[in-house]
Amino acid sequence: MLTILFDGVAYGMLLFLLASGLAVTLGLMNFVNLAHGAFAMAGGYLTAVLSNKLGMPFLLCLPLAFLFSALLGAALEPTLYRRLYRRPHLDQVLFSIGLVFMAVATVDFFFGSTQQFVRIPEFLRQRFEIGGASVGAYRLFIIVVCGILALALQAVLTRTRFGSRLRAAVDDPRVASGLGIDVNRIFLVTFAFGSGLAGLGGALGAEILGLDPTFPLKFMIYFLIVVAVGGTTTITGPLLASLLLGIADVAGKYYVPKLGAFMIYTVMIVVLMLRPQGLFARAGGR
Amino acid sequence: MPAAKLFRTIVAAGLGIGLAGAAMAQDVVKIGMILPMTGPFASTGRQIEAAAKLYMQQNGSTVAGKKIELIVKDDAGVPDNTKRIAQEMIVNDKVAFLAGFGLTPLALATAPLATEAKVPMVVMAAATSVITEKSPYIVRTGFTLPQVTMPIADWAYKNKIRSVVTLVSDYGPGIDAEAQFIRTFTNLGGKVMAELRVPLRNPDFAPFLQRVADAKPDAVFVFVPSGVGAIFMKQFAERGLDKGGIKLIGTGDVTDDDILNDMGDVALGVITSFHYSAAHDSPANKAYVDAFRKANNNLRPNFHSLGGYDGMRLIYRALETTKGSTDGDALINAMKGSKWESPRGPVTLDAETRDLTQNVYIRKVEKQDGQLYNVEFLSYPSVKDPTKTR
Repeated sequence: MLTILFDGVAYGMLLFLLASGLAVTLGLMNFVNLAHGAFAMAGGYLTAVLSNKLGMPFLLCLPLAFLFSALLGAALEPTLYRRLYRRPHLDQVLFSIGLVFMAVATVDFFFGSTQQFVRIPEFLRQRFEIGGASVGAYRLFIIVVCGILALALQAVLTRTRFGSRLRAAVDDPRVASGLGIDVNRIFLVTFAFGSGLAGLGGALGAEILGLDPTFPLKFMIYFLIVVAVGGTTTITGPLLASLLLGIADVAGKYYVPKLGAFMIYTVMIVVLMLRPQGLFARAGGR
Repeated sequence: MPAAKLFRTIVAAGLGIGLAGAAMAQDVVKIGMILPMTGPFASTGRQIEAAAKLYMQQNGSTVAGKKIELIVKDDAGVPDNTKRIAQEMIVNDKVAFLAGFGLTPLALATAPLATEAKVPMVVMAAATSVITEKSPYIVRTGFTLPQVTMPIADWAYKNKIRSVVTLVSDYGPGIDAEAQFIRTFTNLGGKVMAELRVPLRNPDFAPFLQRVADAKPDAVFVFVPSGVGAIFMKQFAERGLDKGGIKLIGTGDVTDDDILNDMGDVALGVITSFHYSAAHDSPANKAYVDAFRKANNNLRPNFHSLGGYDGMRLIYRALETTKGSTDGDALINAMKGSKWESPRGPVTLDAETRDLTQNVYIRKVEKQDGQLYNVEFLSYPSVKDPTKTR
């Protein structure tokens, strides 16, 4: 029972890490970026290449995966994304889904369509008992990393000057720039950071979720569910939503394996029926 | 006047082209091969294409005085595409054979066309038992899941495995494998403690594996598509089930030669049953593996490649028997009962079911020369598809 709960939390945390970047771009910047998973995939493949081909230690690969995806985001934001901020959502969806297909084809071309494997170090493959629950070291590691990141993100967004500038830039870009806030730069940094988080998520998740060129398409639905259920105003919303979905998914598959695959969607439908704006809705707003 | 003349010229030119086309068609036999060359199942397509080309390279491209032309098209694993491409190939290219078919739904979508056009359809990969029953023009040079599942169930019981949890992907082949395993295993007196079906697009095996851990069976029988198998195996080891004394058995899809070596040491000791391993110990297989690796940048051939290789052989032999005639009924009759020595061992195309009767081997993953291989240690000779033998 406790093991199920633990696995659910680990899975939820992973979902959160993968989706949090999307929550930031969609919620704060009001941009529908379906290509979010492509940045996660980039991080995952970088880790696979570095750790398997070049023999780099796994723990060192993680920050590199973050950096790589963040740089990728930083390169694409001013060249491609910025043009679409003011366009209707449909344009953004079409644009970013196009990017997804390009990313899938590119990765397929260079790495082939087979599963990539990331080898994690021995000490993370252990398993031990805590209070009656059997716990995998790697899943515990995921929970710790994601937990710290969630706290840090929340602190940055609500407590720092950068956070308030970001919120100001989103609420009214014209007034914000009038007050001397460099809106473009803030968006650039935010976008890059969100992409980086996805990259880290891809690197951490490769072991559990698998990694092949269709990764961005396979998990796009999960990201969107997390964001839809969690609402997009805060970081705590997607976090709680991820945990809820992760636990529901794992528990559902354990107790009623026949219905297991639908559990995550059932939870989504129920939550959205009760709270159409998500668990934590933005009061008023757009 | 000029208009009439122009018209005559066009008709004449058209006739000329038509006649030339007819003359050429007599000397060329086209094989329309439809494979998933992109998308998640591209590795199947690449293996089969490489093997088919290898066969043509080794045996020349002329049979019974006809030039063989191989047309390969990509359906990306989508049934609608397969059907459309098959239609184009039959109507426009006038192919004498359809071949390939990476997945069950792709083969099923095309079956009615084969019947209607009386074109032999050589299924090289798709493995659900029912496929050959969907058209009298279908022959299969791969395998069927019940065929490779029966031996592992039998072996398990004879090796003191009494209780099993089955875990299969929830789609045609998975359900085939599950049904056959339960039938054979319970008939012998074994006990199936739980039947778990995993969604095909399942990101995390944790809950299912926890069920297995709690049930504490002697072994878990698994069928999942090959790429997914690797993730499954890692999580199996991560959960400590291997150390808990639960054996992992399955069909050879889980330890697919194409990716086995990348799985790492977690795969060591896994026991599977299958009709082909790249490590099969015979001169014919050694020659095949060497030639395949040489032609394909050191890629290791897997079981799908054999479907392609033997499929081409079946087509060549059928054409030899009909002396180059491309009449669909004559070709199918020529194929029925055909016997040959494949790199996987002796095979016969069963006249009644149009499936291969072949040896199925029990193998264990071991390290040879620093690489992981499925090493065969027991053989079940001449296995037919058990669901079709009554």
